[in-house]
Amino acid sequence: MTQRGPFLFSVALLFIAGAGTAWFRHVDLGIPLLPGAQQLVWQVEAQVEFSADGTVQAFLTLPPKQSGFRIVSESHPSPGYGFAVDRSGRQPRAHWTKRTALGNQMLFYKLDLVQDPDYEVAAEAPARVVPVPFDEPYRTAASQVLTALLPITADARSLAQQIILKINTVPLDQNMNLLLDRYRAQRLLSRLLMVAGIPARTVKVLPLEDGRRRQSLTDFLQVWHEGRWLLFDPNTGLVSNTDNLLLWQTDTPSVLEVIGGTRSRVTFSMISQTRSTMGLATGQEASSFSLYSLPIAEQGMFKLILLLPVGALVVVIMRLLVGIRTSGTFMPILIALTFLQTELVPGIISLVLVVSVGLMLRSYLSAMNLLLVARIATIVVIVIGIVSVFAVISYRLGLIAGQTITFFPMIILAWTIERMSILWEEEGPREVLIQGGGSLLVAVLAYVLMNQATVAHLAFNFPELHLCLLAAIMVIGRYTGYRLLELHRFGALDDNARGRREDVH
Amino acid sequence: MFISARRLRDLGILGMNKRNVEYINRFNPRRLYPLVDNKLRTKLIAQKAGLPVPDLLHVVSAQYEIESIEPSLRELSEFVIKPAQGSGGKGILVILDQDDDGYTKSSGVKIGLLDVKRHLTNIISGLHSLGGRTDVAIIEALVRVNPLFEHISHEGVPDIRLIVFKGYPIMGMLRLATKASDGKANLHQGAIGVGLDIGSGRSLAAVQHDRRITHHPDTGVPLTDITVPYWTVLLRLAARCYEVTQLGYLGCDIVIDEHRGPLLLELNARPGLSIQIANDQGLLPRLNQIESIDEFAPSLDARVEYAMRHFAQYDPQQTTQPGGPKSRSARGEAST
Repeated sequence: MTQRGPFLFSVALLFIAGAGTAWFRHVDLGIPLLPGAQQLVWQVEAQVEFSADGTVQAFLTLPPKQSGFRIVSESHPSPGYGFAVDRSGRQPRAHWTKRTALGNQMLFYKLDLVQDPDYEVAAEAPARVVPVPFDEPYRTAASQVLTALLPITADARSLAQQIILKINTVPLDQNMNLLLDRYRAQRLLSRLLMVAGIPARTVKVLPLEDGRRRQSLTDFLQVWHEGRWLLFDPNTGLVSNTDNLLLWQTDTPSVLEVIGGTRSRVTFSMISQTRSTMGLATGQEASSFSLYSLPIAEQGMFKLILLLPVGALVVVIMRLLVGIRTSGTFMPILIALTFLQTELVPGIISLVLVVSVGLMLRSYLSAMNLLLVARIATIVVIVIGIVSVFAVISYRLGLIAGQTITFFPMIILAWTIERMSILWEEEGPREVLIQGGGSLLVAVLAYVLMNQATVAHLAFNFPELHLCLLAAIMVIGRYTGYRLLELHRFGALDDNARGRREDVH
Repeated sequence: MFISARRLRDLGILGMNKRNVEYINRFNPRRLYPLVDNKLRTKLIAQKAGLPVPDLLHVVSAQYEIESIEPSLRELSEFVIKPAQGSGGKGILVILDQDDDGYTKSSGVKIGLLDVKRHLTNIISGLHSLGGRTDVAIIEALVRVNPLFEHISHEGVPDIRLIVFKGYPIMGMLRLATKASDGKANLHQGAIGVGLDIGSGRSLAAVQHDRRITHHPDTGVPLTDITVPYWTVLLRLAARCYEVTQLGYLGCDIVIDEHRGPLLLELNARPGLSIQIANDQGLLPRLNQIESIDEFAPSLDARVEYAMRHFAQYDPQQTTQPGGPKSRSARGEAST
């Protein structure tokens, strides 16, 4: 066992290193210590994949200048490729070239955007509308739809709104039915509007959501109204809040165009950060070895992974200082991670449901005398069965929350059920309640802490603070005092001692 | 029902964290654990060292051995089947008698050969071992309850747990199975712990579920005036386990057989803390006292003699011992 001095010294060193680095980065790079909504930075990464066979050219449409988002920087980490931005068209396009490329290729385009509601870009007025006429019998159907709608609408906005409503009303009327047989909904929308003389276009939009990976673009409708483009969701109508919608493609025929390659596709990953714009500018170069230099998809993963030590600290505190018994040492952290995705209450309800139904079914398994591995495997299958049934039932009942049940780690659940069931047989239901309740309590505490915006912000933006966490865990690891619950456990001694004193007097 | 940490410290109670960090981690090297976690290995090494243990009759380690087990079982009238790596009394099958109809369990229920075989299969497939590791089944001679204990225990053989620190037996308790503990001798499952005076083997106090009791809840027998027979032999047996295993902080479980006297049942490298409640005494003063002894490799006799002299509590005549004994003797007289 190491001596106390050197141990405390190394712990202090860890702590100072962690806190010091964090402070230095805060002061020097201007990374805010607290999360602030005013300077939300989105990092968006487009990942282009295709398989090549010879000379390759790839064009990727880049997002246009638009209100609400300021583009701070862009980069294109694709070694071995020539890169240029082609700004000749109405919308800029990234242009990658390579003389000989073989096999699977992967190209990246990274974009840093500052979300800024005050940032306005004057919209370019559309060219005069040249409607593409429908062929018969669609022409008649279209004109009938419009004649029905025009009298009850006032302007471009209300007309678009009504057409969308009509398209999404079940059952469809005969004309709409005919038109939708021939045209896709988005395409039909813009064509109908153009026929009515209203400039409209189908655009591709990237919904920004923190930590999402492998996303694709979504089709939206834009309608020119009173000097600006209004965004419509083809399913629900006018979109009032466009804060988290990044317009990606408006004026080019396709998002991705690959010459000399096959099976091409583009996916998007994104992550939000709260860095100051100044820090963003300087930090970009300074942090070539930081987490920010990772592809966005991995950064999204790390946002979650870096929360794990926080959960670990909670487990250490609850087990070593409080003395709560949990089923499986770090199982509560995994459960807490799941709660992050499912929200707390639905998460707890579905967890308790799955585990109790699992326990019930598991008690039948006991009678079958299966070997351990086969038994766990059986429970895995059962858990998946339960989860599917719950998902279907909750969907039927219209409970969206039930869908999130799939976020639970199935194997962990199976082990939990197995362990609980053995506990039940050996120690009785009371111990199951104690340990199950203990695990749940620790999981909820870990969740509450991990769900704090400040904690998430610090964990990701100041990973060096984990050194402080480490120091804390190590110090607790050497704590030899009583656990809180031991004060209760040995409570009988106090009475006895007191009784003894009374005996003597 | 809380007690302040300061009072607990004053009473010298050893807590879980301190036990783990300062005693188990320091005095029990990890590599020695398998020796005590596996009852078969414990038994073999104990036999080699000449310590009395219940006779080992058979070891079953593979499925094919189970198929042909019947002839060897036929020769035995009574036996115990237990998993080598089971803990907390799990998977122990006690057969008291057999005839053509089958085997009689300790509860009186008759089971067939097939049930015995299935029990063996469960054991070797790891049903009762920690983490489900494959295990071996031990078939050993049945321990006959000493007549002195016969009326006390509800079911099963009472065993004596002794904490041995660096070879000195420092605290002991008698564990009695109850209906609540389902015949098992584990305190947290509801068994009774009776604190024993290291000096004489006499009972000091009894607890169930961490609370004080005076009579056995099932048999109604008073628990205040039990004296464990063969006490010195028992202490010497426990103390010798230190040399045999080299574990500095050890729990020894010993049973007393009607014919053979004290037998070593199993050893524990992480003995529990409830023994302190049963004794109404903290372990820390005794642990500290032993650690402060500055003697190179004291002999077995010296250690047992030292423990009996220094840790004796039960002595109605003596009233000047520091700590608890004074008041306890007053209490003892009042209740007897």
